[in-house]
Amino acid sequence: MDEFKVKGKVWLITDNNGDLINDIDTDQIFHNAFLHITEISEMGEHTFGNLEGWKDFPEKCNPGDIVFAGSNFGSGSSRQQAVDCFEALGIKAIVADSYGAIYKRNAINSGFPILTFNQINNLVKEAGMKNRDEIEIDFLAGELKNISSGKIFKIDLFSKVQKDIMEKGSLLTI
Amino acid sequence: MSGKTVIEKIFTNHSEEDISPGKIVWIDLDVVTARDFGGPNVVKNFNNNYEGQSVFDPSKVFFTFDLTVPPKTIQYANNQMICRNFAKEKGIKVFDIDKGIGTHTLIENGLVQSGSIVVGTDSHMNILGAVNSFGQGMGDVDITFGFRYGRTWFEVPATVKVNIKGDPSYDYSAKDLVIKVLSILKTDKLLGKSVEFYGELIKKLNLPERITFLSMITEMGGIVGFIPFNENTSNEIKEMAGLDKVAPEIKADEDASYFEIIDLDISDIESMVSAPPYPHNGVKISDLDKVYVDFGFVGSCTNGRIEDLLKVWAILKGKKIKEGVQLAIVPATVEVYKQAFEKGILKDLLDAGAIISNPGCGGCAQGHIGMTGKGEVMVSTGNRNFPGKQGDGFNYLTSPEVVAYSVLNGFISDREL
Repeated sequence: MDEFKVKGKVWLITDNNGDLINDIDTDQIFHNAFLHITEISEMGEHTFGNLEGWKDFPEKCNPGDIVFAGSNFGSGSSRQQAVDCFEALGIKAIVADSYGAIYKRNAINSGFPILTFNQINNLVKEAGMKNRDEIEIDFLAGELKNISSGKIFKIDLFSKVQKDIMEKGSLLTI
Repeated sequence: MSGKTVIEKIFTNHSEEDISPGKIVWIDLDVVTARDFGGPNVVKNFNNNYEGQSVFDPSKVFFTFDLTVPPKTIQYANNQMICRNFAKEKGIKVFDIDKGIGTHTLIENGLVQSGSIVVGTDSHMNILGAVNSFGQGMGDVDITFGFRYGRTWFEVPATVKVNIKGDPSYDYSAKDLVIKVLSILKTDKLLGKSVEFYGELIKKLNLPERITFLSMITEMGGIVGFIPFNENTSNEIKEMAGLDKVAPEIKADEDASYFEIIDLDISDIESMVSAPPYPHNGVKISDLDKVYVDFGFVGSCTNGRIEDLLKVWAILKGKKIKEGVQLAIVPATVEVYKQAFEKGILKDLLDAGAIISNPGCGGCAQGHIGMTGKGEVMVSTGNRNFPGKQGDGFNYLTSPEVVAYSVLNGFISDREL
């Protein structure tokens, strides 16, 4: 099924040392100054608007891109906008070492594919994944393929609930 | 078969399924809320997906406006209006812009009992752990489903047991304690876990101190935290909730099984701050270089009770805060505000130079009550100091006492100098 496969170019959300950033919180993803926004189409331009080094992300990303980050991604507030803003930009999936608990629920419930990759920095440091590499993720087969380098990794969805909701589009349409 | 932890018992009472950690189960919800933040999105989702349908039980669904109260922009005014109109149509009660922080308001109105499951668009919903119930912050999609069906899915969190031990000689506060614990456990040890805290040092906390401590489980990455009641806890809850009777405490079974047991020795605790940019960046004030402050803030769901205000008053009464330094005080709820009025502490605080605002999330939420300019320093009783959260400067999290001494002296300090 096509909705369980994505193919796109990588954005590695890294710091000055080239490490994927940990603990990126919802105020860095979608700042509280814009919480009044309820239209998803208006959210994209604020993505990473408060994350040092990545404030120009909305201009430089392209629909179909895939975002990689470190551990505890999306910690902090319960704002759905921190998930919806990626959808607004046409980002196809997020891969991180781990997620804030509420963020994980929010993404699963809106049918937005988020995946975990344990020790994700190894993908960059050891497996040599680079920004703008083209990758393909098959959620059901649990496979992440770096088309640029030809390397294949194992990756999993969280649970059956996540699959069920993604199949129906959102928690609200199950 | 082994016994159950607190969260496993609460889930068992709300589900037809067997409860075990890691399993995904459907859970019935006792109370479903939305704030003026999240609320308008909930209304929009509801109307898009469940047009003309009712909420699952209008007596269990509430709006609690606390984020931008009163509204400071036309957009926030419109968002609140959207929620009010929806509430009228569906027969839902609104705790409006005059009431204060939603979680505190729910407790004060007797809507949360031991063992309740309460969800809302607030990531500090888990302060309800202080009254022995499970509060979970959620985004607007989740809450929309809750509004309609009164149930949701949960992955049953595993439970970590944390024993707080030691023989501290320092006269520390609940905020010092939570910053200390957070600085040891950071954000990964408890990620996605329910947490039970044991030991006399934690059990002796009174209700407002429990609220302070347990509000910052969020900053530890945890789902919710629980502390066994002491001999006063039930009465304190009754008093805060205005109830004659509250449901009995849900306790873990003796033979409950834990994901991990962590022993923490806090013997060396002193006055603490969370230095920017992270709440888990705990530092003893005695280890801190001299940090001049521009702005103090007392309030938030973590430290906005009357007991917190009284501590500030006891330090500032009859004195003046440092010239050029500002102090904003935001009571958690209108009940706290009234108590402050009745106790006669407001004039002393105003005389000392404080700004006293109407109750709510101001101070944390988008700097509705004061933000820092570039490079300025805030000392705050809030729970987050992420970059840009409360302005363009640096935000140190700490206790009400330290905020009071710091605005008095003009630099971060835990005594008058």
